Amino acid sequence: MSNSVMSPPAKPSGSSRGLGQVVSKVPSRFLPVIATFVVFVATFGVGSARYEGFASGQVMANLFIDNAFLIVLAVGMTFVILTGGIDLSVGSVVALSTMIAASALQAGWPAWLVVITVLAAGSGLGLAMGWVIHRFGVQPFIVTLAGMFLARGLCFVISVESVSIKNPTFRDVATGTIELPGGVTITYPVVIALVAVIAAVYVLHLTRFGRTVYAVGGSESSARLMGLATTRVKIGVYVISGFCSSLGGLLFSLYMLSGYSLHAVGMELDAIAAVVVGGSLLSGGVGFVIGSVVGVLVLGTIQTLISFEGTLSSWWTKIVIGALLLAFIALQRIIVRRT
Amino acid sequence: MTEPVVDMRGISVEFPGVKALQEVDFRLFPGEVHALMGENGAGKSTLIKALTGVHPLAAGEVRYAGGSVSFGGPAEAQAAGISTVYQEVNLCSNLTVAENILLGREPRKFGRIDGKTMRARAAEMLARIGLHIDPGSVLESHPIAVQQLVAIARAVAVDARVLVLDEPTSSLDVDEVAELFRIIRVLRDEGVAVLFVTHFLEQVYEISDRITVLRNGRLVGEHATATFSRIDLVSAMLGREMGVLEEIERRTGTPGDPLLVAEGLGRKGSVAPFDLEIRSGEVVGLAGLLGSGRTEVARLLFGADKADSGRVLVDGKPVHLRGPRSAIEVGIAFSSEDRKAEGVVADLSVRDNLILAMQAARGWLRPVPRKLADELVAKYMEMLDIRPANPDAVVGTLSGGNQQKVLLARWLVTEPRLLILDEPTRGIDVGAKAQIQKLVADLAAEGMAVVFISAELEEVVRIADRVVVMRDRQKVAELDGGAVGVDDVMALIAGGGGVEKAVAS
Repeated sequence: MSNSVMSPPAKPSGSSRGLGQVVSKVPSRFLPVIATFVVFVATFGVGSARYEGFASGQVMANLFIDNAFLIVLAVGMTFVILTGGIDLSVGSVVALSTMIAASALQAGWPAWLVVITVLAAGSGLGLAMGWVIHRFGVQPFIVTLAGMFLARGLCFVISVESVSIKNPTFRDVATGTIELPGGVTITYPVVIALVAVIAAVYVLHLTRFGRTVYAVGGSESSARLMGLATTRVKIGVYVISGFCSSLGGLLFSLYMLSGYSLHAVGMELDAIAAVVVGGSLLSGGVGFVIGSVVGVLVLGTIQTLISFEGTLSSWWTKIVIGALLLAFIALQRIIVRRT
Repeated sequence: MTEPVVDMRGISVEFPGVKALQEVDFRLFPGEVHALMGENGAGKSTLIKALTGVHPLAAGEVRYAGGSVSFGGPAEAQAAGISTVYQEVNLCSNLTVAENILLGREPRKFGRIDGKTMRARAAEMLARIGLHIDPGSVLESHPIAVQQLVAIARAVAVDARVLVLDEPTSSLDVDEVAELFRIIRVLRDEGVAVLFVTHFLEQVYEISDRITVLRNGRLVGEHATATFSRIDLVSAMLGREMGVLEEIERRTGTPGDPLLVAEGLGRKGSVAPFDLEIRSGEVVGLAGLLGSGRTEVARLLFGADKADSGRVLVDGKPVHLRGPRSAIEVGIAFSSEDRKAEGVVADLSVRDNLILAMQAARGWLRPVPRKLADELVAKYMEMLDIRPANPDAVVGTLSGGNQQKVLLARWLVTEPRLLILDEPTRGIDVGAKAQIQKLVADLAAEGMAVVFISAELEEVVRIADRVVVMRDRQKVAELDGGAVGVDDVMALIAGGGGVEKAVAS
């Protein structure tokens, strides 16, 4: 041991074969994210090689436009998964948010009040679930499953029909575009999603709250013995996830310009898949928001590929996502065992 | 002498039905290393927890730095300058070394964590205890021993005036202990008061300045290490004269017929093929360093691992050991070294643990009559001197030594013919150790065959009739216990080169 103490630590240099010298110098915790990025570049490459016009800036921009809400959901989910928890309610909260927004706008509420109401409802539900998880020591899976049914049920209480959004402010934001250099256009929801990502990176890496999220995921009992605010963090991540879900719901209502009880069925699973493909461990403590964003982009690219192909059923998306999930979990096991 | 930094007077701590500490006085001076000694269950941990505010006091007063204090918990105690490092490393292995040292009090700039300053400050802390590792590296990339030292760096990062080390050395090897001691000395010379708990007598005499001995929740005495002999220390801890340890005279009885014979038994990547004969009424010791193949031999004999060569004969007839169940059927019992994970059921009472084994041995269709169960439980509790002598006590609340005894009792109720004990005396106190050694000798005298594995060579040599020496996953020698000395075994373990250190001792 005296050797290892006196000399700088030797980084485990796994997988130097095949991927070359560069990778061997990268700490193993970045490997899953890099692998996700490689998969993203590869799938995009496949598309560019097969279809004319795939490798355009606008296709890339469309990836963000079509998945802005999922990016926001994945950001919130990353917080929860980093602590070792899970949030199954996000899809239903998205539907509930579209429903609240659409019916409140129909009732003539001003747009700003609708936004605040929706965000408060999502955060409030998250707070309630986090509190129950902490106070009664119930598994997050069960509590958020209950939250999922509750939110979905509340949608139907508001209305069973689809409610379309005719509010001019919402319509302007939904249809407005921002011109980027090179003739590429993006929408406002993309900007909102990217701001959410940047905020999440800041919170996770540069604040005490964020570092405690990682500490709780690494070892909750140690974090408590270190005197960290574990309670606040454990409840806080569900508030963040609830907030992100309702923000994602707002973006989704802009995308669909309607509120409907059956919007976003199963979207929580897409969000979880994106986070896992993005390299986060479900057991907590390991992962990056950027990984989750790239995870969403991978899922989006596969969808785009299939729509370019034209003849393939969209269910192929699910099959490919399933295969990718398995591959990533296997990859993580290998990395964990190497180190 | 200066004023004590910690002065505990008349401390009593009570749990429901148990007086864990009774009127204990304890003083800790700045710049000293103070060893807290006692058997398992003597109240060492309770005293530490009384100091750090985990347990409320039933009576007494804790004075710290001249004033009377009453902490609400470890976090409060730490904020006041009393830091505790536990046996298990309580850090987050997924974070960097710097974060682990400074988490919760990291330097901030405009509300955000200042990573650069944090790493610089962590480097300072590490330099203070002479540990040269990259503060930006992830904790889990370092061996456990280094993680333990990082935990100490965290403990002293707040201006700790008192550092409590609760059995920090039990998972460290010789070099690592030396490194830890070097750091302890650095801190001591800076004026930190160090409270040190360990089971290793050598370490106490190497590092400590004073010793406080507890027994059964009472203070036995406080002594300067230099003038307190080992014999006095042991008898103070045990509360009885020395002799029990020497009492186990070599039995002169002749071993019976071969009970189990292994021929060319081996498993690739685990242990090279070996021959072994175990007679009834005989104690066979297995000696070797950690990882030499001791435990692997035991697991092969028990069928816990599948052999890929050789065969096992019991009573001269070949048996096919498909797994532990088939081994138990022919009368082989295996008490694992990991008693927490593979041994007792910690949530059940002593009685339930014993009945569980009894029931398994009888088969599920024949229930154990209550009267027979009570008789057997009483018999084994007395035979093994399990304390507290309450069959309804939950096993998880017993001390390590008593848990080990319950585990032994669990196997004994199944009346095995061959008992394999893997490290039955590790981490338990001297008194329980002597009792278990004596029990092994008694069982052998009654005709049971025992395979005894221990890292302590003295122990193996003392109680075994034959000693099998393992090195590098090979059986290298078989010695007659009567004629063999520790030095001989040591030489064999060290092998031809003799360069490896005998860490096992």
